[in-house]
Amino acid sequence: MTVKVMYRLLALIMTVFMFASMNTAYAVDDAYPSTYTYNYDYWSDIRESPDAYRVADVIYASELQLPVAMKKPQSLYVRNNDIYVADTGNNRIVHIRKEGSTYTLVRVIDSIKGCEVTKLNAPSDVFVDVNDNIYIADTNNGRVVMVDKDLNFIKEFTKPGDATFDQSLSFLPSKIVVDVSGRVFVLATNVNKGLIKFESDGRFTGYIGANKVSYNFVEYVWKTYFMTKAQREQQAAFVPTEYHNIYIDEESFIYATNTVFSEYDLLWDVAQPVRRLNGIGNDILIKNDHYPPIGDLYWVEQSIPLGPSKLYDITVLENDIYVVVDHTRGRIFGYDSQGVMLWAFGTTGTYEGSFSSAVSIEHMGRDLLVLDENGGSITVFTPTEYGNLIYDAIASYLKGDYDGSAALWEDVLKHNANYNMAFIGIGRSLMRKEEYPEAMKYFKMANDRENYGRAFKFYRKVWVEENIGWLILVLAAVLIIPLVLRFTKKMRMEVEMYERDQVHK
Amino acid sequence: MSATKSISKKNVQNAKWTNYVESMKYAKYLLFHPFDGFWDLTHEKRGSFAAATTYLVLFLITRVVQLLFTNFQFINAPLQYINIFEQATSLLLPFLILCVANWSMTTLFDGKGRLGDIYIAMCYALVPYTLIQLPLVFVSNIITFDEAAFYTVLMSFSIAWCIFQVFVGLMQVHDYSPSKTLIFIIVTVVGALIIIFLLLVFFSLLGDAASYFISLYREIAFRLY
Repeated sequence: MTVKVMYRLLALIMTVFMFASMNTAYAVDDAYPSTYTYNYDYWSDIRESPDAYRVADVIYASELQLPVAMKKPQSLYVRNNDIYVADTGNNRIVHIRKEGSTYTLVRVIDSIKGCEVTKLNAPSDVFVDVNDNIYIADTNNGRVVMVDKDLNFIKEFTKPGDATFDQSLSFLPSKIVVDVSGRVFVLATNVNKGLIKFESDGRFTGYIGANKVSYNFVEYVWKTYFMTKAQREQQAAFVPTEYHNIYIDEESFIYATNTVFSEYDLLWDVAQPVRRLNGIGNDILIKNDHYPPIGDLYWVEQSIPLGPSKLYDITVLENDIYVVVDHTRGRIFGYDSQGVMLWAFGTTGTYEGSFSSAVSIEHMGRDLLVLDENGGSITVFTPTEYGNLIYDAIASYLKGDYDGSAALWEDVLKHNANYNMAFIGIGRSLMRKEEYPEAMKYFKMANDRENYGRAFKFYRKVWVEENIGWLILVLAAVLIIPLVLRFTKKMRMEVEMYERDQVHK
Repeated sequence: MSATKSISKKNVQNAKWTNYVESMKYAKYLLFHPFDGFWDLTHEKRGSFAAATTYLVLFLITRVVQLLFTNFQFINAPLQYINIFEQATSLLLPFLILCVANWSMTTLFDGKGRLGDIYIAMCYALVPYTLIQLPLVFVSNIITFDEAAFYTVLMSFSIAWCIFQVFVGLMQVHDYSPSKTLIFIIVTVVGALIIIFLLLVFFSLLGDAASYFISLYREIAFRLY
């Protein structure tokens, strides 16, 4: 008999191990998207999604009647309908204009007028201010040069003569942004103190937004206590990392991306690959989702470990919606101002809508333009009806039109029933209309506990007010019935005692 | 003759029932007098297997009820993936393995408790969990997210109480000093890991053996046809 019991126990254990192995198989299945556009749900599982963006056009040099194909272009800039491409490998900047739905070449900028060095040398970024003055990061000439719209030299920003700048290094500006008052922020190769800040008159005034030095504890202990001095000198010092790219939004906040970090710092939000820097260089990016904005959450695809997303560029649309481009998998991720992912799409490859090496992203209205370094092409994406609905819903919510926003979210749900933000949006609108149970239903579907709690609080209040009579009755019964029982018992005892006394007498 | 026999049978049944009820009630005494209580539980035979198993089952039921009926605000369980039987066994198995591991370790180092004693004591030690968390499932449905502090404090309190009961229980059952109990709790965990490892090895070998014979059979079957 004991043998039988033991056999049963073993069978039970076996089933449990079987269950366990089944679960892991399930998780692996979910680790890569099966559709072009996707999103993550509350459980961080990938959910298929309708396309938020479709390819409208792919611009090649040949299409623009340019004899020389673009060679290792590094950056895009868009102002109104003008597109500027820093065609680094050809030492030129290509100026393209959108007219109607066609893109035509305006001019090729390879030299400027009115200064000593007129030829551009490997320009890697370009910026155009509201007065059409052009700023060019003329990398190999070691300068940022400002010219007017007819390319007449205005001024240049060169290597800071300051003691804080290592004079043995050459000044290699790679990315530039300019704020409304003409201050220039430069990201330079080999400079890890943050962004170099120049006043509008060309003066160097310091650095902002330096990355914090990152090292792990084990590494630190090993280095300080176990290495010899000679070994230590051989090793690289703990230095802060450089940013990869910068973007300035309409309110002059600088968005920066970072691609150097240890992989597992990402999920705990130590690495912070996307930052929004304020005037003194602190990160003020809002992150209210269940995971930080880091691009892909799974780094293994078809059993190939590709590593985390490398966010090479960022652009900021209306309502603080920001879009980042991932170089590792050729993907584009959109996040709203709260850090909630709107959609993710794209892949690596050579067909339309995929990239072999995406390096830069810009927007023109709601269109997205992505520059492919190897293909030498610009892919233009236009939002679909679904993509536009999401933007409209967010915009009308931020304007204060909650009911209008809820109606738009309803339409979003018709396209994609897995869209969490839509459930929350509708729930909020229902809560304002005091339809609490309905609102609770929507919040529950979106796994939004905080808002559910709020709706529930109101619902409870209403419920208590409606049923106050019954509540008091039940409470009274609970309190009074034992009292009455005790009293009758006591009385009966007393009567009995009295009767007994009578008998004894 | 037959009448007397049936009466005595009935008496025995009655005695059994009374014993069961008494041992169930004993849990109440244990809650507030753990040191005295756990000593008497096994050494004076105040507990019983039936009662202990009842409390274990109640504990498992509490766990399942919690998963199913705790208000959405206070539980973050992916209900679409949860299998309640799996959840229950995933608690039951470690519990039993830990009991066995504890017995196999302490029996070598003059622990007084037998396997049955350990099992009974551990089951009784789980009572605070059931006692607090089962009502909390109801409470969770009438409080809101903002009032969660109340809920979480009680949650952690019940777990702390359970840990204390387990500690005192093991101490009294084996007649150990507190420090020795602590050491043996750690040793027990290691022992449990070894048991799990051996089970895994055993089953994987069993699987290999089975697949060998199956393929042997297939080979022969294919040859013969």
